[in-house]
Amino acid sequence: MNRYDAMFRRLGARNEGAFGAFVTLGDPDLATSSDILDALVEGGADMLEVGIPFSDPVADGPVIQAASVRALAKGVTPADCFALLTHFRSRHPDIPVGLLTYANIVVARGREAFYQAARSAGVDSVLVADVPVFEAAPYLAASRASAIAPVLIAAPNTPESTLRRLAAEGEGYTYCVARAGVTGADEEVRFGHSQLLGTLKAFGAPPPVFGFGISRPDHVAAALDAGAAGVISGSAIVRLIADNPGEEADAVRGFVADMKAATRR
Amino acid sequence: MLMDGRFGAFGGAYVPEILMPALEMLEKAFLDAQQDEAFRKELGDLLLKYAGRPTPLTRCRNLGNDRARIYLKREDLLHGGAHKTNQVLAQGLLAKRMGKTRIIAETGAGQHGVATALTGALFGLETRIYMGAHDVERQKLNVFRMQLMGAEVIPVTSGGQTLKDAVNEALRDWTASFEDTHYLLGTVAGPHPFPLMVREFQRIIGKEARAQILEEEGRLPDAVIACVGGGSNAMGMFADFVEDEAVRLIGVEAAGRGIEGDEHGATLLRGRPGILHGAETYVLQDVDGQIADTWSVSAGLDYPAVGPEHAHLKDSGRGEYVGATDREALDAFALLARSEGIVCAFESAHALSHALKMAEAATEDTVLVVNLSGRGDKDMEQAQRLLSGDAA
Repeated sequence: MNRYDAMFRRLGARNEGAFGAFVTLGDPDLATSSDILDALVEGGADMLEVGIPFSDPVADGPVIQAASVRALAKGVTPADCFALLTHFRSRHPDIPVGLLTYANIVVARGREAFYQAARSAGVDSVLVADVPVFEAAPYLAASRASAIAPVLIAAPNTPESTLRRLAAEGEGYTYCVARAGVTGADEEVRFGHSQLLGTLKAFGAPPPVFGFGISRPDHVAAALDAGAAGVISGSAIVRLIADNPGEEADAVRGFVADMKAATRR
Repeated sequence: MLMDGRFGAFGGAYVPEILMPALEMLEKAFLDAQQDEAFRKELGDLLLKYAGRPTPLTRCRNLGNDRARIYLKREDLLHGGAHKTNQVLAQGLLAKRMGKTRIIAETGAGQHGVATALTGALFGLETRIYMGAHDVERQKLNVFRMQLMGAEVIPVTSGGQTLKDAVNEALRDWTASFEDTHYLLGTVAGPHPFPLMVREFQRIIGKEARAQILEEEGRLPDAVIACVGGGSNAMGMFADFVEDEAVRLIGVEAAGRGIEGDEHGATLLRGRPGILHGAETYVLQDVDGQIADTWSVSAGLDYPAVGPEHAHLKDSGRGEYVGATDREALDAFALLARSEGIVCAFESAHALSHALKMAEAATEDTVLVVNLSGRGDKDMEQAQRLLSGDAA
């Protein structure tokens, strides 16, 4: 059984939602980033979503853009990220790890080579933020060839024909965009997703996980109430890293524990 | 999508899933409008009576020589000061047709921002322009012109603070605002349907030029020459000549301070295929795929990607792409002013610079058509500074 299925089964038996923590790899530097990943697990994250820093992250808001800038300023490369993840995997054999990146990072290495490198680093899934289902075919093929789960994005405005393909082709989980716009930590998040979730379920899509704007425990509870199998929080964690120099790991550990607590019902 | 949005291996639509419905809506509106006589008539009237089409084809009286005649397609005379006006009027009409109440745009030199601002004013659309902070500084007059026409100008401080970064911010805005907002992209780059749509709305340039040169010379030109940043004035000039295989299509990129270094915008000459701003195309990047910061004296050519159809024309061999340095462009800019009494944009001076080289090298009767894509008002302050050493 793959790590996502095992996680959802384990959490389902306990009536818990999954808490996913996102950080940008190499932010603020490689050594600290490694400690932060450990702290996310210690805090109780059920799954990790990690970004390879990219110079032009159009799907990201200012907080995660700034993380990319910090990592790139330290000279962090995709190869560094894969090495970081390889070491992480040797310490944490069971937690699902998803990679989030942009198409140019993938094709610069070569699609097949990129997915193989991800597999070798112990990565479970890859989500390419600027590859919609419309362009996904060669990415899906390369993903499968390396036994990596392709994670696809569903938005409230995604048409049914696309959701049907997404349900058939996606694996691991379905990344549901909680609202329009780029990533960011909002004050208010509303989940009017009953129709989307109903359609995904009818088509047999992988479990829906909500991202974008999840920054407080009440957001977590609201997302799970709306029918999500889990949530991913990114900008809120990345902001803690930026705001707590020297104490990044402690800051994110406590935050993750609070967010994880809200997944237990 | 009704089409695959490809030019050979290039193009496509690489955007977050949430933007796909907006692109599909735009594609449909564009294809419908192309078939709609009322739309074509309204656009035709605007181009004629508001923008000032057709623009003249001017034969240089003093540049060129007894072998080579240089003609200038005078997009600099268009209302707004550049070819950009052609397609913003069309996209403005499309925005209205789709029921959008707000338009956003990126701008480099500010010409597309000015064109978008005039469209916003004309059609009563709320207008926001994203412009790299570095470009805001070097194109102050255009910033004021945009504001005068009611547009809000947002300086973008991320990355190299130029055109690339302005596109990023416009895309981010659009992912949150697509329900009431049209992204009025300024060139033949970006995701489908923009490269196709903007080319079609700029096709008028080459269509007029082709008829005009036949009238003047009784034959087709040996080459049509245009500068290439994103590549819309070049695609507009090339589109009606693509089938004329004897006519060379020459795109001139910004060689900046020299293409051997890192300070240039010569994407087709020095980049390699990648994916940026929604399209598979040539991209200036490092080995890992991080996008390079670019340099050109002209803000409009300071861009690390290029329209995907140019990538296809290059790889298929139909198009030829060359570079002109800052220095060469400035020399051509000054020479055109002195010889012909025409002050062109720095961007267009890159194209002219190459035409002058071709004229010099010509050994037989040669006819060259240069797309003089914009006028130089916006560049006056910078030209004064850069050329003051020369005048002394």
